[in-house]
Amino acid sequence: MGEDFLLIILTFDATIRVSVPLILAALAGLIVERSGVIDIGLEGKMLASAFAAAATAYTTNSAWLGLGAGVVASVLLALLHGFACITHRGNQIVSGVAINILVSGLTVLLGVSWFSLGGQTPPLTGDARFNSLTFPGAEAVRDVPVLGPIYSELLSGHNILVYLAFLTVPMVWWLIYRTRFGLRLRATGENPAAVDTAGISVIRMRYLALILCGILCGIAGSYFSTGHGAGFLREMTAGKGFIALAAMIFGKWRPVPVLFACLLFGFLDAIAIRLQGVEIPIIGEMPVQFIQALPYILTVVLLAGFIGRAIAPKASGIPYVKEH
Amino acid sequence: MTAAGSSTSSAFPPAIELRGINKHFGPVQANRDVDLTVPVGTIHGIVGENGAGKSTLMSILYGFYQADSGVIEVGGQVCPIHGPEYALAAGIGMVHQHFMLVDIFTVLENILLGAEGGALLGPGMAAARAEIARLEADYGLEVDPDALVGDLAVGLRQRVELLKALYRGANILILDEPTGVLTPQEAERLFEILTAMRDRGVTIILITHKLQEIMAITDNVSVMRAGQMVAHRETAQTTREELAELMVGRQVLLRVEKSAADPGDVVLHADGLSLIDDAGVLRLDGVSLDLRAGEIVGIAGVTGNGQSELLEVLSGIRPPSRGRLSVHDRVIDHDHPCEPEEMRDLNLAHVPEDRQRMGMISAFAAWETAILGYHRDPAYTGPILLKTDAIVEDTDGKMDRFDVRPANPQLTSDSFSGGNQQKLVLAREIERRPDILLVGQPTRGVDIGAIEFIHRQLIEMRHAGCAVLLVSVELEEILSLSDRILVMFEGRIVGEVAAADADAQMIGLMMANAHETENAAANG
Repeated sequence: MGEDFLLIILTFDATIRVSVPLILAALAGLIVERSGVIDIGLEGKMLASAFAAAATAYTTNSAWLGLGAGVVASVLLALLHGFACITHRGNQIVSGVAINILVSGLTVLLGVSWFSLGGQTPPLTGDARFNSLTFPGAEAVRDVPVLGPIYSELLSGHNILVYLAFLTVPMVWWLIYRTRFGLRLRATGENPAAVDTAGISVIRMRYLALILCGILCGIAGSYFSTGHGAGFLREMTAGKGFIALAAMIFGKWRPVPVLFACLLFGFLDAIAIRLQGVEIPIIGEMPVQFIQALPYILTVVLLAGFIGRAIAPKASGIPYVKEH
Repeated sequence: MTAAGSSTSSAFPPAIELRGINKHFGPVQANRDVDLTVPVGTIHGIVGENGAGKSTLMSILYGFYQADSGVIEVGGQVCPIHGPEYALAAGIGMVHQHFMLVDIFTVLENILLGAEGGALLGPGMAAARAEIARLEADYGLEVDPDALVGDLAVGLRQRVELLKALYRGANILILDEPTGVLTPQEAERLFEILTAMRDRGVTIILITHKLQEIMAITDNVSVMRAGQMVAHRETAQTTREELAELMVGRQVLLRVEKSAADPGDVVLHADGLSLIDDAGVLRLDGVSLDLRAGEIVGIAGVTGNGQSELLEVLSGIRPPSRGRLSVHDRVIDHDHPCEPEEMRDLNLAHVPEDRQRMGMISAFAAWETAILGYHRDPAYTGPILLKTDAIVEDTDGKMDRFDVRPANPQLTSDSFSGGNQQKLVLAREIERRPDILLVGQPTRGVDIGAIEFIHRQLIEMRHAGCAVLLVSVELEEILSLSDRILVMFEGRIVGEVAAADADAQMIGLMMANAHETENAAANG
């Protein structure tokens, strides 16, 4: 019983860890799509910032400088996306895909030429990583039944980016529903002409949204290489940017439902790791490949059947042009 | 009024003075040396055909576009307007033809947008509520500030637009075709509100193509033609006929001359047609009607009450969910649908409501548009290749007979003006000599000169024994062309009147389904 309970706690603990980049990236996607820009390039921005963060953290031995570099790299890519599809009204999907492909190649190329480790950065240790924070008294209460493990395993013992990610949810909610910026942001994604005629620049709103998106993706990417992992591995974001887009749609472009969607996808991921090599009654041992595919299969099923019609911001994906 | 207008003009500078405004889009000169003076506290009408440059001029005044040259003065001060924010700061508000509202926002949020009163929404909202309540009381603009705009009727959305402008302190208000989407009663209510605004010193510029509105409500009127200002008149000193002539540049027949109808056999019979759309909404609800050879039946109604769906079902684009339709001897119901192509073989032709989307393909050359739907005709095609030369020659003839300008079959369809596109589509359908002609919004976006021509064509079709079903939101058009009028409301036919007995007031009441609501109120 105690053993099983601890197993459940550990699964939830893993859920939290793998959900962090999903939450940050999904909120990033939510903000840009609310402004009417589709960003398929969440994945590429995270990968670029994972690399920039690891490379900088290794060179400077500072996780914080790594985070800064990750955010800068991601924001620059966001601005590139903006230059292509806001300023020049290019196709937003094409621009996003191009950024993903660019980053996928560029990180490996730079990695090989700088570190000669087949595209990886050297492993990060000490201050070059965001280390776990232990809450006061976590060790002392570890043996208290039920609440002890919840406090010491589930709540305590994560790095600061994990707490930051969960804090971002209420912050984004407050930003889009309670501030002037949020009102204008939502209006820009629904009816940019209404924003323009109210004397507000649509282009400026969309660029601001992209910068916020870049910052959040930058934190998410840095978490991959300097928080969750210890160094950069090629393609280490492994499609999480796309899962984040799915979670954003699943959560219907609203922060709190998006959080739960991310936790669900994270949970499926965590379970997949747990189930490897485990005998399941009747079925027997599941092939690893099937278990690894499970989150993606469920994503498709959930998106296809369970969320009903997801209505995107009306102007999403459409470049703004004054008509005459 | 006019005496007051001229005597105050010396004391007060005009609200708006435009001098020498020029604007071109590519090779098109949209405004050429336009002058306009609007005295304070008056309602000033601007009329002109589509493409005359009215909307461009007002967009320049509102800062949506920048003029190439010219001076804008507001209240006697030269006032450069580089964007809507400059116009708003100068006290100019605009109600656009297509409302600039966010459907998923509440009325209050829409009004606040751009004038939030601080970085946080909370305090501004509280202040706005009080101010909106005051404006509502002053001008009779009642609307629930917490309602979602997407749930509001069109007339109410327009009030939100008016409130938006007033909330931002506009004392000069531009309205672009404000009555296009309103029932006659809603339009009348709007005019009461505008009059109340003028009496409180608000200056109003009204852009419209409906001359009766100009005559009913404005103090002064300016006429635009081909990008130029051609005349300024005091409304009391002019007539509809004079204005129409100024707009077109020649004399125009406003009423359609037609003899009494001589209806023949029933050629199309609909019995209890219903249509449930993909979202499960009932769009047509038991529509029954007969169409006889040699008559024009008009379908009146406010946009979105099932007229479009009726045309789609009658033309075979969608099969009915319930009910039956007979065209000549062919019976069509849900299990026996009839494709549009087969409908054409039954000698039924359809001029769709939205010619840009359904009547033509913008990127196609005119000669291609001129045979769409009939492209399998052996006159136009061999077993594999189109007979291009024959088609172009045929299109030349059509363009000549229907006065399509420029008469060049090689130009792409979207390079023609609305009226000429419509004439081309009409030529395609009418020259097949159909027994049944379905026509949707034949004169939407079409200038007065072309309207006259199109109306004459429809009357001639009737004389030739064709059964014509006319769907239009222009009540005047329905009244002047139809022999019988059916009124649609929420997918049902709520009334039928002979055209001889009909007037706008009565049809308007039916369009709003007012008599039924009143009955319900009386009974309840």
